[in-house]
Order: sequence, then C-alpha cells, then structure tokens
Amino acid sequence: MVDKKSLFNYLLRLGDDQQILSQRLGEWCGHAPTLEEDLALANIALDLLGQARSLYTYAGEVEGLGRDEDQLAFLRYENDYVNALIVERPNGDFAHTITRQFFYSVFMDLLWNGLLKSSDETIRAIAAKAVKEVDYHVRHSAEWVIRLGQGTAESRERMVDALDEFAIYTGELFEMDALATEMAEAGVGVDLAALRPQWEAEVNNILTDAGLEMPKVNWMQTGGRSGEHTEHLGHILAELQYMQRTYPGMTW
Amino acid sequence: MSEKPTPLWEVFIRARNGLSHKHAGSIHAADAEMALQAARDVYTRRGEGQSLWVVRSDQIVASDPVDKDMMFEPTASKIYRHPTFYEIPEEVGNM
Repeated sequence: MVDKKSLFNYLLRLGDDQQILSQRLGEWCGHAPTLEEDLALANIALDLLGQARSLYTYAGEVEGLGRDEDQLAFLRYENDYVNALIVERPNGDFAHTITRQFFYSVFMDLLWNGLLKSSDETIRAIAAKAVKEVDYHVRHSAEWVIRLGQGTAESRERMVDALDEFAIYTGELFEMDALATEMAEAGVGVDLAALRPQWEAEVNNILTDAGLEMPKVNWMQTGGRSGEHTEHLGHILAELQYMQRTYPGMTW
Repeated sequence: MSEKPTPLWEVFIRARNGLSHKHAGSIHAADAEMALQAARDVYTRRGEGQSLWVVRSDQIVASDPVDKDMMFEPTASKIYRHPTFYEIPEEVGNM
C-alpha cells in the first residue's frame, strides 16, 4: 500500500512543475515575437495548466483534507512548492524560452510515457492524455532549436547562451531522492535516473542537427524538490496568487 | 542587418473525413514544417480539423479581378446548366 502522504507529495511535484512552467509561458501571451508563436506558447501553457489541474485535484483527494485544485495551486507558501528549478527560471529571450521548453519537454515525454505503466490508475489516466500533448511540445521546441541554431549568427549565439544557462538545471530533473525512490519502488513513479541516457541521446540528436553542442557542466543546481527556490519563484507566486489572496474563495 | 521577410502560407483544414479541405486563413512561417505547426497552433485550437494543408501564398495562381466579367459573367445566363428542370417521380423521395 502506497503511503498517502508520499503520494500526495509526489503529485505536488508533478503538479507544481506543470503549473509554474505554464505561468511562465503565459507571460509571453501578447508579447511573443510573432502572432503564430504567441498562440503556440499559449497553447503549450494551457496544456500544462490542464495537466496541473488534474494532478492537483487528485492530490487533494489523496490528501483527504478537503483541499481542491485552487487551494493547492494558489494558497501555498513559496517553500511549499516543490517544482524543479528549471521551470521557474525567467523567460529571457526567445532562445531561452525555447531551450527551457526543449530540455523540459523531452524529459516530460519520457516521464509521462513511463507513467503510462504506473500502478496508480489515476496517474495512468492523466499520463495517457499528457503524452499526446507533450509529444507536440517536443516537436515544436526541437524544430525551433534547429532553426535558431542554424539561423543567423545572432540566433545561434543566443542559443549557445541559453544552453549554457539551462544546462545546470537539467540534473535536478533526474534526481532520485527518498520520495522519488519510494514512488519508483512502489511502481507509482518512474526511475528518473534511468531516463537520463535516453534524454541525453534525444537532446544531443537535435543539438547535432542544430549545429550546437550540449555544454559540459560538472555541477548541477538543485533544491526545488525540497522547497529551496531561486529568487524568481516568489515573484511568480505574487502574480499567480494575487486574486485568490485578495478575494479569497473567488470563482468564475 | 537585413532580414528576409518571413513567407506567407495559406492554411486549409479538413474538418471531417469525407469533406474537402477548406481555406481557413493564412500564417507566416519560415519553412513548410514550421508552417504546419503554426497552422495547427493558430487555426485548430477548438477541434476544427482532422487534416491540414499549407501552401505558400506565392505559389497560388489566382484569377485577375479585372477579368471577372469575361471569366464568370457569361455563365449567369446559362440557367439550363442547373439541374432544376427535371420532374422527380414521387417514389424517389428526397434527393
């Protein structure tokens, strides 16, 4: 029998990753370089928000304290969020946003595919919907990586900068701490460390097509899974939580 | 720095099997693959399609509006081309 508290925390990790990245992508709405990309990024953001809603709703049921998706999304404190740091990093320029999306989507594609075989029926159902969405996120971001890498001298330079910035945030995605190990052993979760070779192969494939290289890093940033965040999360939450904090219980 | 203008593409969507692709609008994209993605992202957000075509706008050959009278006016008087002069036997029912 899976420990309820552990399952709840595991679902929060998954939910927070999708919600925070969704909020970040939402910042592009009305500001993206082209109308086409404005919609593309908003579409991805909405896919992620839908996934977060399902995960939070289920987390609330598992917790059994009557908290719903809104309370979990909007009424927790900064250090209660357990998202990976990569999703809270600022959008930067378009190359940064695309690089973050590419790294993250390739990872989530592998993770959701793994979760299709979860012992938890609800997680399997959420994964079944998410795999189709994330497939497109991978395709879209990968095609942009290739075009930016092979575009102009400037677009290439911006991609190189972005790869340098985000490389140190990729290690955290594969961390197998006590909770991740417990969930993997229970068959609920996936052995994240085991996904890494495939992630590296897929990322390197695309980077090769783009004429780019994964930067060599010998140190990885970490902390998000235990609630230790960069200075950026507080600012995200200020915007994200404003309405629920100002008008508690507000719905529409 | 000089930038090449991003090509314009026309988007055609087939809503269901058995229907034909229908013009939906246009998008800008650098190449065919990105045009398909842009078409998907801009025009199929509400389940509009089962299939997408994109074609570069500059590849479409269009009739000149100046030729409208020559091209289309003469057909207006050929009402016998419409199959409206047949009596349909009752046993056929609705056609």
